[in-house]
Amino acid sequence: MKRITIIDHGLSNLLSVQRAFEHFGAEVEITSGPAAIEQAEALVLPGVGAFRDGMANLRKYGLIEPIRNKVAEGVPMLGICLGMQMLFDESEEFGRWEGLGLIPGRVVKIPSEDLNGRPQRVPQVGWNSLFPVKGKKDFEGSILCSVAPGKEVYFVHSYEVKPADPADRLADASFGGRSICAAAQHGNVVGCQFHPEKSGRVGLSIIQQFLLQTE
Amino acid sequence: MNKTRLIARLEVKNNYLVKGIQLEGLRKLGDPHTFAKEYYEAGIDEILYLDIVASLYNRNNLSDIVRRTTDDVFIPMTVGGGLRSVQDVQKILQQGADKVAINTAAIKDPHIITEVAEAYGSQCMVLSIQAKRRQNGNGWEAYYDNGREHSGLDVVEWAKRGVELGAGEILLMSVDCEGLGRGMDRELIEQVSSVVNVPVIAAGGAGSVDDVVNAVSDGASAVSLSSLLHYKKIGVAELKQQLAARGVEVRL
Repeated sequence: MKRITIIDHGLSNLLSVQRAFEHFGAEVEITSGPAAIEQAEALVLPGVGAFRDGMANLRKYGLIEPIRNKVAEGVPMLGICLGMQMLFDESEEFGRWEGLGLIPGRVVKIPSEDLNGRPQRVPQVGWNSLFPVKGKKDFEGSILCSVAPGKEVYFVHSYEVKPADPADRLADASFGGRSICAAAQHGNVVGCQFHPEKSGRVGLSIIQQFLLQTE
Repeated sequence: MNKTRLIARLEVKNNYLVKGIQLEGLRKLGDPHTFAKEYYEAGIDEILYLDIVASLYNRNNLSDIVRRTTDDVFIPMTVGGGLRSVQDVQKILQQGADKVAINTAAIKDPHIITEVAEAYGSQCMVLSIQAKRRQNGNGWEAYYDNGREHSGLDVVEWAKRGVELGAGEILLMSVDCEGLGRGMDRELIEQVSSVVNVPVIAAGGAGSVDDVVNAVSDGASAVSLSSLLHYKKIGVAELKQQLAARGVEVRL
């Protein structure tokens, strides 16, 4: 099992993420320094908060280039919630902000009306089901492979990602009659909009699969 | 759409899980973390820890319990009791809490609701309201210091204002029904749910599957359970099965 390097950009539930990896015996290091990232074997980017602040901190700590370099080398990387959104090209949260650009696509606000034009509660907070994307019947071949379609995971978010390439979509969730991208993958980079570290056994099985895939 | 959440409410005094009736006459039940772990393994959706004497002493003593709970409980955790500032909130979030529930400090200075929501997002800021029916039948009044002190605030108006200030959820406890297990205050749940556009967590009085079904039909997005679980009147898994059979969408 590879060492897991969790990137600390100041806006995260670090302890919970750390515990979920330790649950499977992983060696975890938490860092906000470029040197540790240059030595990383597997990267995890968690995050709870605003896109702009998260990216500003990555820039301030000098982490953007080291992260991009490691991903280009093929190191596996997992983004969680805000960390997932930061993997994309740009976000419209409070203006227009550049992301890490590791998965092509954008981050946009969840509409404040549902598909029928009725007001809906945003942020989405709570347990919602994961479904395979159109044309797939399960999550085979991804870190979600142990998740039965329809199983619930825990979401907290006001913005959603729109991958440019539909092939990068890994799982959907239904919110207000629309499909929201719940997980995405582009090569060795994978992101979960939900919190696997807060999603009970189903979430832990996703953490475990990420660890298995880093071997 | 999002499932109806069942939340285990663990009231803590001096490191012990306790349970009273109408917030009085507390009985010691054991180690809060042990109970939280058991409920997690049985499929509860969320853990709510409340330090019920904290606001009397102006401090929250749950840090160690919260931190230990992150070792083996992998669901959202809300912590309340005696949190008075953004610094207090930051400290408890660093120990592994995902949200905070604030009552007394919000009544004394409502700005804290906005400060917490701006610093950590409204989804993190749960406004906790302890409601007692007014003797004159004129609605409910909000209480604080664990049901001891009355604020003069009308519960429905306070809930509305709290959401305007940034609260992302309302933890709505009926002090009158609390600990009795004879049903929840349905009118209270209905009235508050109809005026706020954030999730309402119904608390106080759930003693049966029927009570949970009713709270959901009255507008609650989540139901907080304590005696029902602590005294093992029903297990979490069985409760969820029965709710699903009654048409309530729960995580199974």
